[in-house]
Amino acid sequence: MASSGLELLLVSLPQLGKGAAQTLAISGLGILFATLGGVLYGVLATLGKHGVNIVLRIYLELFRAIPVLVWLYLLFFGLPIFLGVSLPSFWCAVLVLALWGASEVGEVVRGALLSLPRGQREAGLSIGLSGWQLYGYVLLPQALKRMTPPTINVYTRIIKTSSLAVLIGVVDVIKVGQQIIERTYESVLIYGALFLFFFFICYPLSAASRALERRWTHA
Amino acid sequence: MTFDFAFILSTLPAFLKAVGVTLQVGLIAIATSLVVALINAPILLYRIPVLHRLVALYVELARNTPLLIQLFFVYFALPALGVKISGFAAAIITMTFLGGAYLTEVLRAGVEAVPVAQLESGRSIGLSELQLLRHVILPQAGLLSLPALFANFIFLLKETTVVSAVAVPEILYTTKSYIALYYKTYEMLAVMTLICVLLFLPLSLLLSRLERRLQHGQFGS
Repeated sequence: MASSGLELLLVSLPQLGKGAAQTLAISGLGILFATLGGVLYGVLATLGKHGVNIVLRIYLELFRAIPVLVWLYLLFFGLPIFLGVSLPSFWCAVLVLALWGASEVGEVVRGALLSLPRGQREAGLSIGLSGWQLYGYVLLPQALKRMTPPTINVYTRIIKTSSLAVLIGVVDVIKVGQQIIERTYESVLIYGALFLFFFFICYPLSAASRALERRWTHA
Repeated sequence: MTFDFAFILSTLPAFLKAVGVTLQVGLIAIATSLVVALINAPILLYRIPVLHRLVALYVELARNTPLLIQLFFVYFALPALGVKISGFAAAIITMTFLGGAYLTEVLRAGVEAVPVAQLESGRSIGLSELQLLRHVILPQAGLLSLPALFANFIFLLKETTVVSAVAVPEILYTTKSYIALYYKTYEMLAVMTLICVLLFLPLSLLLSRLERRLQHGQFGS
């Protein structure tokens, strides 16, 4: 039994690998766009423009109030009806993870930027730096240490949440696992393997986040 | 594209029921998670031999894996081991597994956030360990954990949407069923969104306010 289980896993590896690649692609693209969007959000939120802040607040609260899975269904079923465009489920998942992740990373970036002493911004402006220079050379580099650990935590949440893509029909690592179970009935083995697959990706990230936080807050 | 209000009205009883199921799953899971956390946090804080390692392992396993996988394991894999359970039971078990780990961390962090000077002051005026716990540590730790605790309650309530995957008739599952049966996609998506906003938005706004309020109320500020 045990050896046949291992054999099954070995035989299934190429198939599972393909699914895993989909899962990792969704997570990776989601993380990439969430980071870019999050930095943009953080910068915009610290400009001190009232109108911009209101728009960002609405964006944030919408993504906090409405669960990610609901957003997935909204875009997957709603886009074809409301905008006449139908997005493949893969890109639908990437888009939702990116938008949701950007609001989460954005709040982290905003908090980190706000935690810097006011004098930094004032000093930068007083020596005539432009907005780009102020953020690019003074504020963001200093905020980097404070925002990296919590941002890594958002990344692990994006990776975990990417699992929901299977529910709108993406053939990710979970779907492939389910197909193998349909053939072999080895549900304990396959779901156990899927559990460990996510754990061995997310745990090192969580541990790294904690280690960085400990190192940088004591320094 | 027409908006069928009559149809929406006809689905309202079902959606009311669905909100009830969401709240039921969410509140039960919050309560059971809290029990798990109240047992686990002291084990971690007092470093009870062997047990604290097991609790730490549990917390890491639960926090670093997706709820959906945990749910599928409980619902689809446990029956293969001879344990057959309903979707509802699977939902509660899984959400307790996840929520218990998160709340354990919240409570532990709350106690550890109490400044060491507070403990030293308490000991220096001759408080016993029990008095210290009751009059110094717990009141402050409770206050310090409150925003994170509340944030996790809301998180768990929102995570109930995931249990739609094992046919628990909460909001999302009800929406999906109606779309599949009647093709009223437009109307059902609108209803689902509206319910989520009405249910979760006040809670998350309340959380933002609570966080700011408690920041002002912290010691030494």
